Amino acid sequence: MSTRLFGERIARKEDDRLLRGRGRFTDDIDEGALECAFVRSPFASARIRSIDVTAARSAPGVVAVYTAADVPFGDRELPLLIPHPLLTNPRTQRCLASKVVRYAGEAVAFVIAESRYLAEDAADLVEVDYEPLPAVVTPEVSARAEHLVHEDVPGNVAADVTQVVGDPDGALATATHRLERRLRMERSAAQPLEARAVWARWDEDERRLTVYNSTQSPTSIRGGLAVLFGLPETSVDVIAPDVGGGFGPKIMLFNPDELLVPYAAMQLGRPVKWTEDRREHFTAVSHERAQVHEVRFGFDGEGRLLALDVDFLHDGGAYTPYGIILPIITAAQLPGPYRVPNYRVRFRDLYTNCTPTSPYRGAGRPQGCFVIERVMDAIAAELGLDRAEVRRRNLVQPDQFPHAVGTMWQDGGMAVYDSGDFPELLRRAVEALGPRPEGGGVGMGLAMYVEGTGVGPYEGAHVQVLVSGKVVASTGIPSQGQGHGTVFAQVVADELGVGIEDVTITSGDTRRFPWGVGTFASRGAVMSGNAMAIAARAVAEKAKKIAAEHLEADPGDLELASGEVRVKGSPGRALPLAAVAILSNPLRYAFGGGAEIATQFQARPGAGPPLAPGDAPGLEATGYFSPVSGSTWASGCHAAYVRVDPRTFRLTILKYVVVHDCGRVINPLILDGQIQGGVAQGIGGAFYERLLYDVEGQLTNASFMEFLMPYATEIPEVEIHHLETPSPLNPLGVKGAGEAGTIPVSALLASAIEDATGLRVDEMPLNPDRLYELSRPARSATEG
Amino acid sequence: MRVNGLERPDATDPRLLLSDHLRHGLGLTGTHVGCEHGVCGCCTVLLDGHPVRSCLLLAVQARGHEVSTVEGLAADGKPLHPIQVAFNECHGLQCGFCTPGFLMVTSALLATNPEPSEAEIEEAISGNLCRCTGYAGIRRSVRRAAELTGR
Repeated sequence: MSTRLFGERIARKEDDRLLRGRGRFTDDIDEGALECAFVRSPFASARIRSIDVTAARSAPGVVAVYTAADVPFGDRELPLLIPHPLLTNPRTQRCLASKVVRYAGEAVAFVIAESRYLAEDAADLVEVDYEPLPAVVTPEVSARAEHLVHEDVPGNVAADVTQVVGDPDGALATATHRLERRLRMERSAAQPLEARAVWARWDEDERRLTVYNSTQSPTSIRGGLAVLFGLPETSVDVIAPDVGGGFGPKIMLFNPDELLVPYAAMQLGRPVKWTEDRREHFTAVSHERAQVHEVRFGFDGEGRLLALDVDFLHDGGAYTPYGIILPIITAAQLPGPYRVPNYRVRFRDLYTNCTPTSPYRGAGRPQGCFVIERVMDAIAAELGLDRAEVRRRNLVQPDQFPHAVGTMWQDGGMAVYDSGDFPELLRRAVEALGPRPEGGGVGMGLAMYVEGTGVGPYEGAHVQVLVSGKVVASTGIPSQGQGHGTVFAQVVADELGVGIEDVTITSGDTRRFPWGVGTFASRGAVMSGNAMAIAARAVAEKAKKIAAEHLEADPGDLELASGEVRVKGSPGRALPLAAVAILSNPLRYAFGGGAEIATQFQARPGAGPPLAPGDAPGLEATGYFSPVSGSTWASGCHAAYVRVDPRTFRLTILKYVVVHDCGRVINPLILDGQIQGGVAQGIGGAFYERLLYDVEGQLTNASFMEFLMPYATEIPEVEIHHLETPSPLNPLGVKGAGEAGTIPVSALLASAIEDATGLRVDEMPLNPDRLYELSRPARSATEG
Repeated sequence: MRVNGLERPDATDPRLLLSDHLRHGLGLTGTHVGCEHGVCGCCTVLLDGHPVRSCLLLAVQARGHEVSTVEGLAADGKPLHPIQVAFNECHGLQCGFCTPGFLMVTSALLATNPEPSEAEIEEAISGNLCRCTGYAGIRRSVRRAAELTGR
């Protein structure tokens, strides 16, 4: 066999074009496209009295101006993506608002012009008469329901869900120790550096719609456009070309532009493009994270958690297009890697006059992790025990898998951890962290997490050996930088015994693979990776069958290696994979490239027809991976030393260690990049980034000058260790890694900052200003 | 204006941003636009050898100047520039959107300082945002680029 590529630290195949400036992002596509600009509501809550587009329509270069009244689907509610029986009051926004706006940034009108400059000029001329209404901004204000976001949704409650495991009341009552905490996380946003963009072309002659969209789910967009426009799905192509980061918000669909741009292209007979600017991205694209948790917990004198009662509010924003997935995830995996025998969790998903929420890297998990890790630290502080020791005493043990949490999971089943070794994660993290650095203001932080990854329902892949012997493979899910073009090539190359340079991956292009779900929930490697392996194995079997006939050997004695199908142990008896690909397609006409070997007077005459019943021409196969139920569960432990300057509250991370278990590792170089990047995003989310709404529902820091994301100067080099507990749930034994780096960072920095400053940390994110505020009572006490 | 050593047409619309002129006027779409307010650095190009934010310059301001973009680092069909090689080897990019900006600031750094210290590397890249890599791969890439270009 050739050397296995699975597990190798291989530099990425897709880098070349990106490094040359030859990447193809949606806004790079032009073809004389008309360009667009939105008119968006400046108010968080208002009635629309009138919209006047007369001046805009006659502005220079304007081709069309759409309001809800001008578009057949303009006033229709956009789809509810994930209906759930417990989502009792779902609401989705209209493509273009015509009567009411419920968040600042909601789309009201759409201007199409010869250039973006002219479209923006004309958008300024659209006159909208608003009657402002009181805005509901925070989850606490929403819960008081003094004003309603939707007139017909009592209490602003989209869903009110309670789950109970064991007997939390009884266990709390009898526990020797009880504590309460109120733990809060604020709104934040993913901010991929490429904002969203959509380009569309309608070919009237072919009656074919082609859409480029910087989305995480081109297959879903294709389905939706086909339904909306009454086209056969087969006449709609949706391509996610190079996508400049996603991190969750680009899984949200349908954004108004995703419907209006293709519609305009069909109406106007010209390509149409809309590229979001950064300010729009801040207000028009999903946020996440804001939750307030009332936590009561009971434990024994040894620090063992006996009962946990969490009642939390999820700030869902103005609409619930993504359903209640976020609070479901928080509730489901809040117990983390710990045994929690008695657990009650209630959540209320509440409407606010803010941008709607949908998953952002971590997706409800950072909040859950923050809660349980704060609980562990509180137990340690209360009992005067070591923080690592308290965790150790509560961990699910390696022989306790599968471990059922007792809560419902985001795929409709129950949350059941498949595998892991949590004590080893903790042991290795503490060992790698080493002794505490010298000096004042130093704090140690520790946080553990689990992550349900690789949710279904399925993904697929197509693998084909070309007559050149080169291999092409495709899958429905797009890449936003995760290295699909390399890791999937590693999987396929191994199965087919070819070099990685011989394999080219296409992802996220419905012209090549029209089926699938999307890139989210750290599911790419699990779902598409396994589909690739399954498809490639089928190709290998087919190659053996064809070659067996020509080599006069039993297929079972053949192997694929070094670009050949060969008889094991007889190096001379082999057929190049290219020849097998040619032979797979019985020919009458030789068309060059060695095809003559497959023509009728050349190919070996078999007993039956050239294509046996059930056979198909071509050395290709399609494979699907669809788990029976449940997720794979990745896990990990982060540990760090930080220094907090006692005067300026500047945070310096002195050392940061990650021990991570995502099952079998396909490419450590790419995996480390995912972890390091995830930690960086987590550090941003824990100490720098926070969306600041004022009481009127205005986002007051909608720019990179005020929403501070970390530069290189803020991010340390993370020391990354891997533990490999293969998942029993899929052929490759992989879990998933995209989001893991981000999940425990807020919990970890809370722990470290608390240790460094002695201030109790019940909220995230923090920043120097806030730490100063928190320190003031303590200061005046010491000063006074 | 000259772009990557070639005389190219100037913009005629006085309010056109240099970034838009490069991307949509000249078809040099390797220069990316991430924020259009000068913070992210995705649109960084060199103006007479110095890194500038092309989203904060009007195209007409580049008249008579030499602009260098990512497309100028390695000609089509030719091997990658050592800086590009280093970014591939060290996994200095994920989605690739911020990458042209980092390549251009690295190019400007190494042109004046072939053996930068860690602090000088950090300083050089500290004005560019990357949302994917967490910067560790980028730091390694710049170090490696210095090694490769020094040979």
